[in-house]
Amino acid sequence: MKLYDMTIKQASDALQNKQISAVELTKGLLNRIEDKEQSVSTLNTVCADFALKEAEASDKRRAANTQKSMFDGIPAIIKDNICTKGIKTSCSSKILENFVPPYNAHVVERFANQGIITLGKANLDEFAMGSSTENSAFGATSNPWDLSRVPGGSSGGSAAAVSASFAPLALGSDTGGSIRQPASYCGVVGLKPTYGAVSRYGLVAFASSLDQIGPITRSVEDAAFALNAICGHDKRDTTSMDVEYPDYTQGISDGVKGMKIGLPKEYFADGLDTEVKDALSAAVKALESQGAIVEETTLPTFEYALTAYYIISSAEATSNLSRYDGVKYGYRASDFDGITDLYTQTRNQGFGDEVKRRMMLGNYVLSSGYYDAYYMKALKVRTLIKQDFDALFEKYDCIISPSAPAPAFKAGEKSDPMQMYLTDIYTVPVNIAGLTAISVPCAMSNLGLPIGIQLIAKPMGEPTMLKAAYALEQASPPMGQPTFKGGA
Amino acid sequence: MQVPISEVEKIATLSRISLSEQEKKMYQHNLLDILEAAQKLSELDTSDVTPTAHIQGLENVTREDIVQASMDNELLTANAPQSEHGCFIVPKVVE
Repeated sequence: MKLYDMTIKQASDALQNKQISAVELTKGLLNRIEDKEQSVSTLNTVCADFALKEAEASDKRRAANTQKSMFDGIPAIIKDNICTKGIKTSCSSKILENFVPPYNAHVVERFANQGIITLGKANLDEFAMGSSTENSAFGATSNPWDLSRVPGGSSGGSAAAVSASFAPLALGSDTGGSIRQPASYCGVVGLKPTYGAVSRYGLVAFASSLDQIGPITRSVEDAAFALNAICGHDKRDTTSMDVEYPDYTQGISDGVKGMKIGLPKEYFADGLDTEVKDALSAAVKALESQGAIVEETTLPTFEYALTAYYIISSAEATSNLSRYDGVKYGYRASDFDGITDLYTQTRNQGFGDEVKRRMMLGNYVLSSGYYDAYYMKALKVRTLIKQDFDALFEKYDCIISPSAPAPAFKAGEKSDPMQMYLTDIYTVPVNIAGLTAISVPCAMSNLGLPIGIQLIAKPMGEPTMLKAAYALEQASPPMGQPTFKGGA
Repeated sequence: MQVPISEVEKIATLSRISLSEQEKKMYQHNLLDILEAAQKLSELDTSDVTPTAHIQGLENVTREDIVQASMDNELLTANAPQSEHGCFIVPKVVE
């Protein structure tokens, strides 16, 4: 087996048994990046020297039997909107092009405390606003399965990097599907944890009531390992939940016998690709054959979720983006006339079109005269969506759905923002209701593009969800290796 | 449903960005699209519904007010486009 194809579990075992060293593993991945990165452009920064030094230190710890955890020496890729001390964190925006954080995000601290090595920083849609990783100030990322197609977004760099075997683990952030949709497009596993399960300290804010950091991996078991590495209470994020966190790998292979799974009929909406529909039916059958009870049910507010999401997330985004003023950090325009013009010119030149579009919508729905009609209305609809899910989870352990309406689309195909927003239709309700969800690669389209299926559980329902996801993964054909075919 | 250009200009000012004539038209079109889609929300009767700004229903989260070391000043101003003696340099704001 090639070093770069190892899962977290395989690499961790091999390190523990001294079959490989952390330096060998890191070099293997860096060679793979050297070989393939040019065709997919997943990384804003490759931390080769830093990672090799960390790997040497890890090997020394293991030789002395003082390893920090079972993950000591495992390299990971971090989405470039998560702060890494001393390593540039750009959010793929010109306005933060040269920003070097003076501190580590909570998750990066957790990684360091467990010996997990930062190998690189992954490309994203600017400030995580987008669904294709085309809205990056530093160029678009390509899908390893077909280079003429997008990897999804906004964590497209993270998902494509794991798919391309640049690391067994990447962190993404998910505000409306930004982990699950790219995971689905790239044939990897993507998990959005329950809101509050992972500290957002050091995650550059997009929409604070919706943002959550989560793992992208090549197996469901690895996703559980990654949750163990990042979940937990942190006082620096007031929304971080102060509760007992389980061992997420526990009971993962226990099976789904007797598990009740709901399938809302609204998910078969217009625009659902027939191959995705077939993949969903096959997933339902696979779970049923293992003893799960799958029933058709209803989520009446489904069709309202996407609009409510864009109103709420844009309102929160415009508030969060007000901090970029060309004074404290980041880009500053060189020509300006007074302080207000300094702000305006800096923001004008520093932000890309999609970010400006969200700010415009956000300020519109928050401005006097429109606040009640749009923003307040969306918050009330949020209550109704949450109530719908509460009712579903009284009856069901999990909900099953597509991860995205169709497999990965061609680069440049969705130039109309509304068409782009529609690719998140199955993922946004989860963020609105603060739930947890996972995308599991389940099928391959006729064109050789991966199709993911989403499982959703109630807040802190990850253990049950992981059982179902594991069963689904075992019953699905293996994805194999991406082909790196096509391209411009 | 209408979003006049003057409204687009007002929102751009609130956002502290300036737009070219072409951009004004683009954002006018984008705003209209999503606001028209948002009309759909009015199908739902929400007269007796409490808004949810935050999903966890958290009360205030407080901590003891203990004096502790903060981050180093030099480190924090290192990212500033212009700084001197640990201070941010800005254009004159008071005449």
